[in-house]
Amino acid sequence: MAKGDPGAPARGRRAAPRSRKATTGDPELVQLLTPSGERIESVTGPDGIEYRVDFTDEEYRGLYRDLVLVRKLDAEATALQRQGELGIWASLLGQEAAQVGSGRALRTQDMAFPTYREHGVLYCRGIDPIMPLGLFRGVDQGGWDPNEFKFNMYTIVIGAQTLHATGYAMGVAMDGKTGTDDGEAVIAYFGDGATSQGDVNEAFVWAGVFNSPLVFFCQNNQYAISEPLERQTRIPLYRRAAGFGFPGIRVDGNDVLATYAVTRHALDNARHGQGPSLIEAYTYRMGAHTTSDDPTRYRIASEVEAWQAKDPIARMKAFLEREKIADSGFFTEVDEQARREAVDLRERVLAMPNPEPSTMFDHVYPNGSPLLDEQRAQFSRYFDSFEGSAH
Amino acid sequence: MATETLTLGKALNIGLRKALENDPKVVIMGEDVGKLGGVFRITDGLQKDFGDQRVIDTPLAESGIIGTAVGLAIRGYRPVCEIQFDGFVYPAYDQIVSQVAKMHYRSRGKLNIPMVIRIPFGGGIGAVEHHSESPEAYFAHTAGLKVVSCASPQDAYVMIQQAIASDDPIVFLEPKRRYWEKGQVDLDAPLSEAYPLHASRVARAGTDATLLAYGPMVRTCLDAATAAAEDGRNLEVIDLRTLSPLDLGVVYESVRRTGRAVVVHEAPSNVGLGAEIAARITEECFYSLESPVLRVAGFDTPYPAARVEEEYLPDLDRVLDAVDRTFGW
Repeated sequence: MAKGDPGAPARGRRAAPRSRKATTGDPELVQLLTPSGERIESVTGPDGIEYRVDFTDEEYRGLYRDLVLVRKLDAEATALQRQGELGIWASLLGQEAAQVGSGRALRTQDMAFPTYREHGVLYCRGIDPIMPLGLFRGVDQGGWDPNEFKFNMYTIVIGAQTLHATGYAMGVAMDGKTGTDDGEAVIAYFGDGATSQGDVNEAFVWAGVFNSPLVFFCQNNQYAISEPLERQTRIPLYRRAAGFGFPGIRVDGNDVLATYAVTRHALDNARHGQGPSLIEAYTYRMGAHTTSDDPTRYRIASEVEAWQAKDPIARMKAFLEREKIADSGFFTEVDEQARREAVDLRERVLAMPNPEPSTMFDHVYPNGSPLLDEQRAQFSRYFDSFEGSAH
Repeated sequence: MATETLTLGKALNIGLRKALENDPKVVIMGEDVGKLGGVFRITDGLQKDFGDQRVIDTPLAESGIIGTAVGLAIRGYRPVCEIQFDGFVYPAYDQIVSQVAKMHYRSRGKLNIPMVIRIPFGGGIGAVEHHSESPEAYFAHTAGLKVVSCASPQDAYVMIQQAIASDDPIVFLEPKRRYWEKGQVDLDAPLSEAYPLHASRVARAGTDATLLAYGPMVRTCLDAATAAAEDGRNLEVIDLRTLSPLDLGVVYESVRRTGRAVVVHEAPSNVGLGAEIAARITEECFYSLESPVLRVAGFDTPYPAARVEEEYLPDLDRVLDAVDRTFGW
């Protein structure tokens, strides 16, 4: 587990291997680990801020472990859907670094508002990966307490959660929980397609005028189901922030180190009362939108291959090998752990019971409703009348 | 008993003030609710006394008002949102229906959204389009929401406080054309002993036919009953008060006595509250009915231009015409 806090001294902290400034070829993109696994010591972003990370070897290995585990669990869920055990699955394949980097940048007190694809963030929050699978299996609709896990329920209506995050962040400020190192920050996840939604733009307005302690984290995975980015915007998404009066920055979303650095900086700004910011994590959805989608209808193989070469895990592995931070025994052990956790996840998904039909009447209202009491009673009488039959 | 004569609007204002005093987690938010006190002055003076973190002037975007209120509720606040006019609630409809109404259910009861959405509704004030609508059926049809409407200053004062104290998300419909009507309000009676929020009530006892109404139409029906009395007909008037869930026990009891029922609302009749109420009365009181349950409602047109709204809205004569028809069956 990476608990890297760039500011805190720790034994075994490794100086970055090569002192280089940004040479990514794209001055707009913050990157600390190139696709070939070369480490860049620090990058001064277009915002003038110097981004760097200073992890111990153990923390580097922890990030790698997160990436592998998150990918493996995701693949297992995809397989479960293909075998009819999940109704649908929204794979994060290709977006592991964006999720692990930002997820590990969160502190315990921070609150996250996910879409329906943030399985990696959920994992990094220390939450059992089984938790969202009830939704995808169809045995519940989430069913967790957002405040218990500091992780809101998955939101399927595109962009709606950005307003919830904004209101929550307003509450944080009203509670006087900003302005110190221990302040609270909020992160709102959404995709490139969501930036066209009114709710997201309203959230930008709100967060700006109320100076809310909020990080808007946009995973630009290049597609809103079938529609490419060009159908959502004619400027880079991170530049939208300027119009709303807060900073925006684009980070290499396939670079877990840069994503961590940029997110940690933005969260710390928020917790210190510096207000909102927008991060565009530039990445690529390697798989389908969901298991119901067929991406071969709208994108060409060469594009997918080009992004394959930017794989977030391959570059981290190359870095660990080159710098001898990890050996083959480590990689084997991580793969074995991932396999075990995937098997465990599968077994627990298969063991999920279907809900009792009458539970559909539960929890419609905190204070109940006589109408529902009546319908539940009618339903139970009807349902029970089949007892003993083949029903 | 300290009763005062107050307008319905002032009774709401004092009720909101009490809610702010009683619970530091209550926040009021909406467009122009601060210095201006709302376009109908229902929040008059509250920001001055409770500050701009308790009474929040929001940006001009209804989905944003409701969506951020959801986040505040998750954080532990009790937001009271003002939608300026009925016809402007629709930009927030997705947040209300898909988020506010379903959060408790989706969380299997682990999360409450104790939100009140105040909407001045109905016509009769000579306004331009989008300012006179009656959208209650949209919300009453949505599982997870409760919907109430007040008809008198006393109820306005009590019901707004009950709604804010409730953990259920509640759409609170205020009869805007009755904001200036006066009535006696008991300001000291404890809330715990008040008439329940989700309960109908006989507003005028009678024996010959039952008029069912809520919000602005309660006054219209009471006036109709007064006029009918001069003709020798003794009409019972029931103020429904709660539109979701409906509380029809008192209605069934009444209709079994009178044998005749007329439902009155400003909203269009097609697939409106009146249709549901008529169906349920028919199921429960079939052998007591002397005539079909009739509806007096707005027409199935968009809300018309102000110079013809008097013909669109149910009034005393249309109500009495329907009563006559129940007797002519």
